[in-house]
Amino acid sequence: MSLCPDLPRPGFSFDNCKRNAALESRGYKSKGFVKTGTTIVGVCYKDGVVLGADSRATGGNIVADKFCDKLHKMSNKIFCAGAGTASDCDKVTEMIRGQIALLELNSGRDVRVASVVRIIKQYLYRYQGHIGCALIIGGYDATGCHLHSIAPHGSSMELPYLTMGSGSLAATAVLESRWKPDLDLEATKKLVRDATAAGILNDLGSGSSVNMVVLTKKGNETFYPYDIVCAKGVRSGLYDFPSGTTKVLRTKVIPYEIEKVEVRGASEEDEPMDI
Amino acid sequence: MMSHEPEPSPTTCGAPLLQRGFDPYRDNAGTLVGIAGEDFAVIGSDLRLSLGFSIFSRDQSKLFKLTDRAVLGSSGCWADCVSLNKFLEIRLKTYGFEHNQPMSTKAIAQCCSTMLYSRRFFPYFAWNILAGIDEDGKGAIYSYDPVGNFERVPYQAAGNSGPQVLPFLDSIVGKKNQSNPDKAPITKERAINLIKDIFISAAERDITVGDGTHIIVITKDGLEEIRLDLRKD
Amino acid sequence: MSILAYNGGIVIAMKGDGCVAIATDRRLGVEGRTVSIDFERVFEMGPRLFVGLPGLATDTITVSQKLRFDMNLYELQENRQMTPKTFATLLSGTLYEKRFGPYFIEPVVAGMDPKTNEPYVACMDLIGSTTETVDFVVSGTAEEEAYGMCETLWRPGMKPDELFECISQCVLNAMDRDAISGWGVKVHVMEKDKVTTRYLKTRMD
Repeated sequence: MSLCPDLPRPGFSFDNCKRNAALESRGYKSKGFVKTGTTIVGVCYKDGVVLGADSRATGGNIVADKFCDKLHKMSNKIFCAGAGTASDCDKVTEMIRGQIALLELNSGRDVRVASVVRIIKQYLYRYQGHIGCALIIGGYDATGCHLHSIAPHGSSMELPYLTMGSGSLAATAVLESRWKPDLDLEATKKLVRDATAAGILNDLGSGSSVNMVVLTKKGNETFYPYDIVCAKGVRSGLYDFPSGTTKVLRTKVIPYEIEKVEVRGASEEDEPMDI
Repeated sequence: MMSHEPEPSPTTCGAPLLQRGFDPYRDNAGTLVGIAGEDFAVIGSDLRLSLGFSIFSRDQSKLFKLTDRAVLGSSGCWADCVSLNKFLEIRLKTYGFEHNQPMSTKAIAQCCSTMLYSRRFFPYFAWNILAGIDEDGKGAIYSYDPVGNFERVPYQAAGNSGPQVLPFLDSIVGKKNQSNPDKAPITKERAINLIKDIFISAAERDITVGDGTHIIVITKDGLEEIRLDLRKD
Repeated sequence: MSILAYNGGIVIAMKGDGCVAIATDRRLGVEGRTVSIDFERVFEMGPRLFVGLPGLATDTITVSQKLRFDMNLYELQENRQMTPKTFATLLSGTLYEKRFGPYFIEPVVAGMDPKTNEPYVACMDLIGSTTETVDFVVSGTAEEEAYGMCETLWRPGMKPDELFECISQCVLNAMDRDAISGWGVKVHVMEKDKVTTRYLKTRMD
């Protein structure tokens, strides 16, 4: 036995798999994961790309999150919209963002959209579709603006306008009827908003508000939210209970005396690092 | 040597027997809430008809006006709900012709149960709540399971959002878990506002609830209908 | 039956004005049979930082110990308290590591930032998809019931006393409609300078 614990191994751990399989064989099934159940939309226009997403996360028939963020920043000029298993979308984009930041620091250049797509699709292909995230990646790089989609198995395509998620049928209907090459920014934003709103209104898995990001050669401009399609309902009644309504058996109080908290920042200029 | 191969079945003429799954039920969701008062009963339903992630209708009330003192709310498999109510309507009409008076709420409650139980082994997939005024002029809510078990209760919620709504009714109408509750009976206005607020809350968290709600207030003077818009996503 | 409903249990966390509360039931069951009525599924991970781990009880204990270990290492290395947000990220990472053989728990994190006193609540699914909200989070077998209660009872700007009544009524009425939650309730209300723990009188059936 070592004195100090080993560093944990990176990557997935399969420790619980046998136990979970044994439980499942006895009829104890796992629960479903939180899904984004999403409408995500991406449209190219003459100066860049606009990405849009709704903001509902669902677990079964229940809304797990009314204002979740499905637009993930990959680099300054590249964003990624995720649909599918919420955790997979969050973690994959978070991890790839780290790789891309290193790539940019090592090469001293802005990373290209194609590189981001390649890194993600190779990662997803390695897991043969078991990592359930469908992504739309859009951005501006040295070769112009690009819009790609990646399916959970790792296949990808590049198109001028795209939509994914459970609300994609409703959104496609809007895009197919109104998209034209070389739209201007305002028209594109309106188109993305309407396509996402179509998903929000007609698909039960999508809801709440439209989030949007515009990517051009100048960088990114985010709109959280761009438009609240369905606002929270206003109730007429107040359901407050007077103090003492709940019967308490016993109470324990832990007081905290905060004397003074002082934290020295590592970046303070007057204190150079010892060499 | 003896062959262990099974004898070919005469009905399939030697072809392997195919078994097809038979699943005639669809869950079209829907939520019902009923509250009974001293001299009134209120029942409400949402207006959204859905299947999976798609919306079939944004204006489909799940309330069926049976007489001028009884309303039945049905949710579940919409085909079954409609069919059940069609047959119930025939029963009520026949009863009216034979007895020269409309069926009492209590009799309708029993009739519903019998009709549901008659399909014990191929049930209607319908969750029902019956709201009405009884013979003494008091408000009544009857709650059913799909095979006809029923009970008269002061309040009830059923359908997709039933689990979400019921604890709230327990707290506000049933006054559960409170040390000194105000035991005054619920007023009509309060009951209506409560049902409105319940649907507004349910629309926030349940994806199958939305678009609108249809509320019917039953008093001795007849039925009064209220409609309210809900979020559309 | 879902393995997450094997032992039963519910946790709710709610934000108030300068305060945050977390409430849990105390039952441990084996399916319908109640085994213990003083089971801990909410753990104090630091001053004004609590985590609730409803789900399969064996994983509740395993993950709580693993978190305690990781937190102790962090505090030794960094010589400062972990913020609730960092804690949630740590927990999310711990769960996602087991993406293909998950722990059967759906955690709830409630706390206040050690420096800014900002209230924080978050919940996760069993593979670490984090939901941070401005109002409340719920998790456990009476999740639907609790959502219905909280959605109607919660309002912004509640003071500690109001928050306590609100969260208590939510958890009491929610668990009474769930057969495998209940048997006592423990509520922690965190404020700037203290944490108040109350045990509630409940139905014992």
